Amino acid sequence: MAYSRKVIKKFEETLNNPSANNVGRLDPNSDSVGTGMVGAPACGDVMRLQIEVDSENKITDCKFKTYGCGSAIASSQQMIEMLKGKTLDEAKSIKDREIAKLLELPPIKLHCSVLAEDSIKKAIADYESKKA
Amino acid sequence: MKTKAIYFDYAATTPVDPRVAKKMHECLLLDGNFGNPASRSHEFGWKAEEVVEKARLQVADLINADSREIVWTSGATESDNLAIKGAAKFYKDRGNHIITSKIEHKAVLDPCRQLEREGFEVTYLDPDEDGVITLEALKKHVKENTILISLMHINNELGSINDIDKIGDFTREKNIIFHVDAAQSIGKVDIDLSKLNVDLMSFSAHKCYGPKGMGALYVRRKPRVRLEALIHGGGHERGFRSGTLATHQIVGMGEAFSLVKKEMAKDNQKIKELSEFFWDQISGIEEIVLNGNKKNKVANITNVSFSYVEGESLIMALKDVAVSSGSACTSASLEPSYVLRALGRPDELAHSSIRFSFGRFTTKEEVKMVAETTKRVVGQLRELSPLWDMYLDGVDLEKVEWAPH
Repeated sequence: MAYSRKVIKKFEETLNNPSANNVGRLDPNSDSVGTGMVGAPACGDVMRLQIEVDSENKITDCKFKTYGCGSAIASSQQMIEMLKGKTLDEAKSIKDREIAKLLELPPIKLHCSVLAEDSIKKAIADYESKKA
Repeated sequence: MKTKAIYFDYAATTPVDPRVAKKMHECLLLDGNFGNPASRSHEFGWKAEEVVEKARLQVADLINADSREIVWTSGATESDNLAIKGAAKFYKDRGNHIITSKIEHKAVLDPCRQLEREGFEVTYLDPDEDGVITLEALKKHVKENTILISLMHINNELGSINDIDKIGDFTREKNIIFHVDAAQSIGKVDIDLSKLNVDLMSFSAHKCYGPKGMGALYVRRKPRVRLEALIHGGGHERGFRSGTLATHQIVGMGEAFSLVKKEMAKDNQKIKELSEFFWDQISGIEEIVLNGNKKNKVANITNVSFSYVEGESLIMALKDVAVSSGSACTSASLEPSYVLRALGRPDELAHSSIRFSFGRFTTKEEVKMVAETTKRVVGQLRELSPLWDMYLDGVDLEKVEWAPH
């Protein structure tokens, strides 16, 4: 499987310096944190995204952990770069296709970007359910 | 090709031994032995035929067969096809039932599927948890109309070994044709066809330092086994396989087999020591699973799963090490290893399997370096893994409600 340079770069940066690359976890019980976990071990990928949101509905911090191939890990990283500083409404409009395009994912790896989009939606829903 | 990568994928293919390459070179140019072995009317043909027959003796000698029992093919895949389709079609009047296993190479499974489409009935046996097909499991599925049993000698992903000696005695007694895919066997275990009750056996040159695109099928003479040919056009190889013989390839295979005969004991001793050293180095990694049974496998293959680490990311992280997840023939797809699934391993572990395979040119420094890199990157990937977090938190992953996609 040949990966694009972008995927390899993102994957290696994340692997070699996880703390500087948004790997980690936030307190899932905090009211300002939304958690979205998608995928399944049996399918070969699980992505967990956590967002911290301020009183103005702006995403101030994000952390992730991903079990999956290099493209799944790179997609997580790409997603986080796109999320930081965005409002929840802006974040909701992030599409898997944008992530796939930026990373030049081949068709067989498109599910990685889909997973990223799904994790954003789930994390936001979790946060909003705490506020409701 | 200059690369700093370390090659740990000898079970996928091996480099040609320089001594083999030299012999092959001698059969290509105008001043070399380039003639058509089938040319009867001049010296060029006679000389080519001479080296082809010498190679046939070299192959037969290693496996203790008669050279007239060796049919040249383009590789183990063709040998498997010729054996399975050829025997099924020749003996179809006796019955239409074939038995094989779920962990065979695709070169056996796909011809079996094809025969199913043509009206044959095929039983795919489950292996035991170590990747072995037992005689007991086989006996349960033999029927009155069983004409052919095809099982691999050594599994390409796990290195597990089937007892073809015992199975052969049974198939002979039942008068069922027994085909064995021995692509992974040459140079790893002794094969003595004067003692084994095996009727057909497939071999490959490139798994033992010979050229790719070259193989052989052993076809027993006593008791005589017959086949319907797949390729027609001149009646070469006693009608089993037509087509001009590739002298240089054949000479390469012969030389490779003859080197195995001379150096097998030495090679295996070294590989066994390296393999034990490697396992000593990596077995301390937490939640590592050895796939296959250490007591019944060849030393050159080490197949492991690291729980909570996905295999493809591990291969990517081991960037200067050439290994494979499962077999090279299936690693282009996203499916977890069908071999590990058949062993009853959960999908998650099947997604995590890595095969390290050593060979004649592997050094201790390389093994040391790869063991250290593996330890490091497994730790790094677990740092990224939400499953590892959950494991450390004591969460039972079986009980989590996942959102499969």
